[in-house]
Amino acid sequence: MSNYDAIIIGGGHNGLACAAYLAKAGRKVIVLEAGEQLGGLAATREFAPGFRASVAQTVPQLTRALVQELELEKHGFVLAAESLPTLALAPGEQAITITDAGLLNASAADTAAFTEYQRLLKKFSDAINAFWHKRPPAIADGDKGDLFTLGQFGWNLRRLGKDDMREMMRMIALPAQDLVDEYFENPALKAALSWDANVGSKLAPRSPNNAVLALLLRMSGDLTGGLPLPRGGTGGLTDALASAARSYGAEIRSNAEVESVLVEDMAAVGVTLQGGEQLRGAKIVSNADPKTSFFKLLGAQHLDVQFTHRINRLRNEGYVAKLHLALDGVPEFNGLTRPEGRLMLTPSLKHIENAFDEAKYGGYAAELPMEVVIPSLVDDSLAPAGKHVLSANVQYAPYAVKGGWDAHRDQFLANTIATLKQYAPDIEGHIVASELLTPADLEKQFRVAGGHWHHAEFALDNWWMNRPTYGASQYKTPVSGFYLCGAGAHPGGGIMGACGANAARAILEDR
Amino acid sequence: MPLSSTLLTADAIAHVHDGILPSPFHSRTSQLNINQVWVEWNGYASASYYSDAHLEYFSTRNTCGVFDVSPMRKYRVKGPHAEAMLNRMVTRDVIGQAVDTVAYNVWCTDAGKLIDDGTLFRIAQDEFWVCCADPAFDWLQLSSVGFDELDISDISEDIAALALQGPTSCALLKAMGFSGVETLEPFGIARFPFGAGEIMVSRTGYTGDLGYELWLNTGDAELLWDELFSKGLVYGIQPLGDESLDMARLEAGFLAPDVDFHGSLHTVELGHDHSPFELGLGWIVNFKKGHFSGRKALLAQKESGNYRRMLKLDIEGNKPAENSILYADKACKKEIGYVTSAMWSPVVKANIAYGLVEAKYFQGPIWAEVYYQKELRWCRKVAACTRVTKPFWAPARAKQTPPPDC
Repeated sequence: MSNYDAIIIGGGHNGLACAAYLAKAGRKVIVLEAGEQLGGLAATREFAPGFRASVAQTVPQLTRALVQELELEKHGFVLAAESLPTLALAPGEQAITITDAGLLNASAADTAAFTEYQRLLKKFSDAINAFWHKRPPAIADGDKGDLFTLGQFGWNLRRLGKDDMREMMRMIALPAQDLVDEYFENPALKAALSWDANVGSKLAPRSPNNAVLALLLRMSGDLTGGLPLPRGGTGGLTDALASAARSYGAEIRSNAEVESVLVEDMAAVGVTLQGGEQLRGAKIVSNADPKTSFFKLLGAQHLDVQFTHRINRLRNEGYVAKLHLALDGVPEFNGLTRPEGRLMLTPSLKHIENAFDEAKYGGYAAELPMEVVIPSLVDDSLAPAGKHVLSANVQYAPYAVKGGWDAHRDQFLANTIATLKQYAPDIEGHIVASELLTPADLEKQFRVAGGHWHHAEFALDNWWMNRPTYGASQYKTPVSGFYLCGAGAHPGGGIMGACGANAARAILEDR
Repeated sequence: MPLSSTLLTADAIAHVHDGILPSPFHSRTSQLNINQVWVEWNGYASASYYSDAHLEYFSTRNTCGVFDVSPMRKYRVKGPHAEAMLNRMVTRDVIGQAVDTVAYNVWCTDAGKLIDDGTLFRIAQDEFWVCCADPAFDWLQLSSVGFDELDISDISEDIAALALQGPTSCALLKAMGFSGVETLEPFGIARFPFGAGEIMVSRTGYTGDLGYELWLNTGDAELLWDELFSKGLVYGIQPLGDESLDMARLEAGFLAPDVDFHGSLHTVELGHDHSPFELGLGWIVNFKKGHFSGRKALLAQKESGNYRRMLKLDIEGNKPAENSILYADKACKKEIGYVTSAMWSPVVKANIAYGLVEAKYFQGPIWAEVYYQKELRWCRKVAACTRVTKPFWAPARAKQTPPPDC
């Protein structure tokens, strides 16, 4: 039996970031990872002999501050590509290239509109950027820091100027389709731009709620100009985080599955591992999703009824499948000399919406929209020489598919490959091995309830002081000594480590 | 373990009926209800009075009376997690509650506001009954989120129930052959063979006097009624209507839902709901048992001391202070609260009432502005109120085992 200042349950990137910050501040920290490998959904794993991929693809929201504060470069973090373009594809049409600097091969009207669209979104993003990295305020508790945060938020919005502030208020809950329809004409361009507004959630271009907010979160980091790819996949980042945490003195154990949180006298005081070993600590910090954290690890008997109900009501069913292909060469994509960048196989908003319609009722579409990256084109650590890895986020794959995923895996994979073939006819001949990770697989392999990227839907009703719900949105929870540091906390999903960093700050402030 | 619980939708939960249903005793009660005066209670016809409310009331103090409590909502909670779930839901310690006992309880929102009160019967180590005046299935299933191994069933329709209350109640049960019933302690449960099965007797009630509640399958309901009234003649048995019960409960210090308080889930405006402390129920809030829903909020309220008080008042004169506003001064300048229930108590010979008074004023002088009629002419008086700390009516026999004369 040993005593820690903090015991972190789960060695995902947020758990590791939290551990690193706490250890750097001199706290005695241990990270307990249930799996063999650290990194969770951001780990890079070998899915076929010699071929490696990470479930998470990219790190646009990462901040330089985090990289510098944790000295991640010293610990091996390096970008294989800093800013790859996004390519909007449609069969039989010339690809439109989207970069931070503007559009290529788009109509004059779209090219001009993009400049204004970027200006406005960047301005909105700048206004709220600081708040992604702060503890959300609690309403009506009278705390001076919280009142200051709220005041600052209001002031920042006001400083947008009357016209832009009113525009932001109008646009904030628009469906992605309404947003891009206002600016653009090309169907493939609109669909590609809508992707980041919805991906990961049970939402589609016509769904009102989180579109603008999700785009702003995506734009929040220091690498948002294009697609940044860490060397070694996102696992390159998590390995550096783990190494940094260790260098500050954090202890990290894998294959250490926490069975439950130890509660004594209504306070969390430790954890019980599978096998019965108990560790005690002053702060117990969960990197797991909210449902796993509160129901499985802690237990509803330690919480109030209505709070428990709000956790139960969190939407946490994943709708994205992850495809990894091991390829014996570079497939030829119609119209592209080299498939470098993020390839959006989204010919129109309607294609995405139709795929969502099927998924809403427990099915999936014949033609599956997806975003494709071949990271091995810029990173030779992921595949043997001359060979390549294709990594794709495929929508929509409902967690609760009718009949269960065992009955549908082959068909879903076939539909995915058939869709890919419309753009890269020779791809099938290049496939050496494949891995399809449905939300059910993500749940099982990575212990994230529902297989949801963001642990809980990233949406207006589940944002800021409501993430994951009021009463637990300041990283501390109703149970003394028990904290959240995962994507279910503010600011949410995306490989940025902000949940872990914010949680660490909250824990250090909370004496 | 499933990490999301799917709750029954509103349509799938048994509802209070539209239109009035007969209780399992209706064939008997309807014969005695000479004016057919009924009120609706959870969808059932419940007698307001049978012949004369005062006569019925006196039976609870002098002989014995029978009230049909079948319309109460009754829920069975069963399974390995039933104890933990209920212990987290209600304010009293369920872990320490012995099998075959009953405990009066309340359950609260996260903010510590009372949702409802009721009795918790521990039938077995892993089985409980929750009995309450209003439907509670929804709250029970919300409270069971995160507890996998338990089953909640609405047994309201399956169980017939009578309250037999008054000084001769024990003797009558003995005369019916339930020997040993005299050894039953207050809040204890005993079972006897009866009719086609078994009758469950609990030493509980809502009159503050010696009394029992009788629980059995609906099939044997009429047999029980007939037995009670044939053997009960010499024990002075009377059927009790709603009005007489309301008098008895007020004397006994019991609150009536939707009269003295509204459940928190049914109030709209801020401050129109109540914490157990405000209602004088602090004695059943157990802070030593560990966590329960609303604990943090309740502890903060208790420590602040800043909450309204439901007071028992003895009011000068003999005019019931029904619907009265309460003041801190005889001039009625400073309004400090209001009366929720009031009556002239025949047995205590006092003008009694419950009044909800603001935190700042409950220890000072209290005056009630009383309106009353003299042959339809309205009159007004301002009457001094005295705080009473004990129930107005609490005879020793209510707690004695065996009860006197039994």
